[in-house]
Amino acid sequence: MTDTAAAPKKSGGIRDLGKMFGGGQSSVRQFGILGALVAIIIIFQVLTGGKTLEPGNVINIVNQNAYVLILAIGMVMVIIAGHIDLSVGSVAAFTGIIVAIAMNRGGVPWWLGVLIGLGIGALVGAWQGFWVAYVGVPAFIVTLAGMLVFRGLNQFVGNSTTEPIKDDVFLQIGGGYLPDPNLGIAYNVPTLVLGLVAAVFVIVNEFRMRARQRKVGAESAPLWVSIVKVVLLSAVIIVAAFLFAGGRVGTSFPIPGIILVALVIIYAFVTNNTVTGRHIYSVGGNWHAAELSGVKIKRINFFVMMNMSILAAVAGMVFISRSVSSGPGDGTSWELDAIAAVFIGGAAVSGGIGTVIGSIVGGLVIAVLNNGLQLLGVSSDKVQIIKGLVLLLAVGIDVLSKRSGGRSLISRFSRPKKVSAADENMTYPLNRPLVEPDGSSAEQSSRPSSTTPNA
Amino acid sequence: MVDAPYILEMRGITKRFPGVIALDDVTLRVREGEIHSICGENGAGKSTLMKVLSGVYGYGTYEGDIVWEGEVARFRDIRQSEASGIVIIHQELALIPELSIAENIFLGNEPRTPFGSIDWSAVRLRARELLTRVGLRDDPDTQIKTIGVGKQQLVEIAKALNKNVKLLILDEPTAALNENDSQHLLGLIRDLRDKGVTSIMISHKLNEIEAISNSITIIRDGHTVESLDVKADGVDEDRIIRGMVGRVLENRFPSHDGSGIGEVFFEVRDWTVQHPLTAERLVAKHSNFTVRRGEVVGFAGLMGAGRTELAMSIFGQSYGTVLSGQVFKDGEEIKLPNVSAAIKHGLAYVSEDRKALGLNLLDDIKTSVVSAKLSKIAPGGVVDELQEHSIADAYRKELRIKTPTVDEGVGKLSGGNQQKVVLAKWMFTDPDLLILDEPTRGIDVGAKTEIYGIIRKLAESGAGVILISSELPELLGVADRIYTIFEGTITSEISAKDANPETLMKSMTSDKNKKDAA
Repeated sequence: MTDTAAAPKKSGGIRDLGKMFGGGQSSVRQFGILGALVAIIIIFQVLTGGKTLEPGNVINIVNQNAYVLILAIGMVMVIIAGHIDLSVGSVAAFTGIIVAIAMNRGGVPWWLGVLIGLGIGALVGAWQGFWVAYVGVPAFIVTLAGMLVFRGLNQFVGNSTTEPIKDDVFLQIGGGYLPDPNLGIAYNVPTLVLGLVAAVFVIVNEFRMRARQRKVGAESAPLWVSIVKVVLLSAVIIVAAFLFAGGRVGTSFPIPGIILVALVIIYAFVTNNTVTGRHIYSVGGNWHAAELSGVKIKRINFFVMMNMSILAAVAGMVFISRSVSSGPGDGTSWELDAIAAVFIGGAAVSGGIGTVIGSIVGGLVIAVLNNGLQLLGVSSDKVQIIKGLVLLLAVGIDVLSKRSGGRSLISRFSRPKKVSAADENMTYPLNRPLVEPDGSSAEQSSRPSSTTPNA
Repeated sequence: MVDAPYILEMRGITKRFPGVIALDDVTLRVREGEIHSICGENGAGKSTLMKVLSGVYGYGTYEGDIVWEGEVARFRDIRQSEASGIVIIHQELALIPELSIAENIFLGNEPRTPFGSIDWSAVRLRARELLTRVGLRDDPDTQIKTIGVGKQQLVEIAKALNKNVKLLILDEPTAALNENDSQHLLGLIRDLRDKGVTSIMISHKLNEIEAISNSITIIRDGHTVESLDVKADGVDEDRIIRGMVGRVLENRFPSHDGSGIGEVFFEVRDWTVQHPLTAERLVAKHSNFTVRRGEVVGFAGLMGAGRTELAMSIFGQSYGTVLSGQVFKDGEEIKLPNVSAAIKHGLAYVSEDRKALGLNLLDDIKTSVVSAKLSKIAPGGVVDELQEHSIADAYRKELRIKTPTVDEGVGKLSGGNQQKVVLAKWMFTDPDLLILDEPTRGIDVGAKTEIYGIIRKLAESGAGVILISSELPELLGVADRIYTIFEGTITSEISAKDANPETLMKSMTSDKNKKDAA
């Protein structure tokens, strides 16, 4: 006990920095991807001669990507649970056309339109969740079907034409900004206030967490790590606030950004701190063990699929509001952007690993890359090639560095040197070896595993 | 027979796994043209030895020499050992259900036409030949999934014959077969012997071993105990059992005198369970048993006897289909349709396979410990991480889990410490009845003793404990009362004080009542 306890301290700095993200198993990967995001921002800032971090461009990045990031929140939960959702673009488009028609031709007020949109998302999600969780059809198939069905329904309902949106309030959802009280300052005051509140929240939260960890004697990061973390984070927030507040008159932090931030906070909390969140991880990590621990697997699978479609509906509404119309081609290939964001953000294809924050960072990597290449005048064909290679590289590095039960590249530098025998021999349940050290268990284990699957 | 030269000698084989020595200086000598059986309790090292022989654990991963046909062999993988004529048939058959018999026989070994495509007429012709040799008259185009396990076993042997097998290794070949199919298979193995094929057989069915073997090697705890010549040494079942269980019982069990045992509080009546895939196979047959408060009840049985299946089917119907039966707790019938109902009624099940069924290896310790009853520390659905940490830490201290902090991932722990995490996880649910399935498998002796202590402590606190174990010394040392199970039937109930390994082994390998009745 005492000898092993001393070990982590020796490794020092980098490992401790990993704790900025809570010190969990996937925190190191997220640390890596956050570093990549910062690097990409700096590179493009230099290459574009400072255009990347101009207020107008930053606002633009948020506006252009909010809906994909909203999808990434739901997608990471689906992927953690071990599934996938290919239908989100079509579901978003289907929701969009119905909401647009309801408001435009049905004369429905904006708030009812939003409720209808959420209701459609819930219904679609229940439909797909039913097939995945209770019938046992793989989510890949169910949502591939959904991708076709809801794309078709969008074009059927909308007659393959574009439906304009005229409701002023609804248009704020995707195109609005925080109000400008016009106090004669060059900056938008509500945005600055919001930034300040966020910075204070970050600081208070960090030190409250430290106090709690001390109280229960939990391992907490060294004080300097906390201070560096808090200073960095609040500096980023304040700088960002000034950026958003310093744009052209009438612009400030955009409403889609506010919706996004609110959803990120809610879902980060749900996945980290609630029973439901824990159960999602356990189903994806080892559903046999989860089932034998009393987790209602079907219910969890149903929930993640349904939740995804509701978020797709939100994304769809944000999008039609921003583009002032709903059309037959909305949402095409959004699912791929959302999935890429999740995997770049450190989720595992086999499930059980991933975080909401990581996926947002992953999504921002793609967003900044897209934006920067566009600013540089790179044509869209090349942009696609680069995006594809970045995805492959991000996941490839991770796979290579963890090959055959080895430890990940980053963790090799950041974990204590002392490796226990069990560590080297560790296997994940999904790729268990044919032979187990304790001779007999390999044969025998296949028997209980053959219980009726979660179908 | 005695004069035949040794076709295979395994000399001083030692195989280490991290933290465990699975085989320690094991010697095995097999004569050409004999049937050689290997006996030993579960976990004694039989399968490991065969994996060393067949190259699953390749040359260089073990110490010692394999001398095959007079030369030291260095098999790096199964392909190389098969090329030398050593073919292993595993207990879990390696056939592809969707393919035909012929396709399975020639899988990876397909006869080709001059153009490189598969020569289907040759496949069928040779398949028919091979099937005749193993006494199977089915059409070679029949899908594997449509024929029974007995016939599948024969197809495996045909597959081996196609590889020009000289030494056939059969791991529990009759475990899944009925009496008829077993007899046919054993007859075939004898036939093959007469045609010059040497066989090594691993089996728990001692009557079969006695009937078919020329010689027997007994392995216990990774050591060779003895090698017997069946005829010369006059070997019978009792003789084998004596060798398998040994006589030395180490004093590593906590003392218990049965003083704290209370009333019967848990009872299962007429419990019958159907195999999830094979409808006609019953894994539990009209089983009845009781558990008293403060009592440790042992379930003894061989691998595949149905102990795990019985336990899991009671624990929220996690296995198979329950055809009949009732569960009573404190005199009232309770319904356990799913795991959460079972947990609510105070049942806990510690699985025999901690990695596949007991733990999410991606989790950290504290998350694992509270995972079976999160609601206890999650008012309103929000997990209280303060409590989570302090509870996990309390268990870390109580069970002496060797880890710097409870924030460590469970995947990084050793087997013994992982098992303690699983125990903590179920202790956290405040169980009235704790079912422990092979709780000490793959765990070193020190941790074993600690786990025995925990089990006794739990019983002393008033819980009932069911201990499923393949290690007879463990059952005799820890349990108060023992049920033996053979092929899904509870064959005897005996107080641990009156039991000895020999009598237990007898009831574990045959159904006395059935014999008497027949």
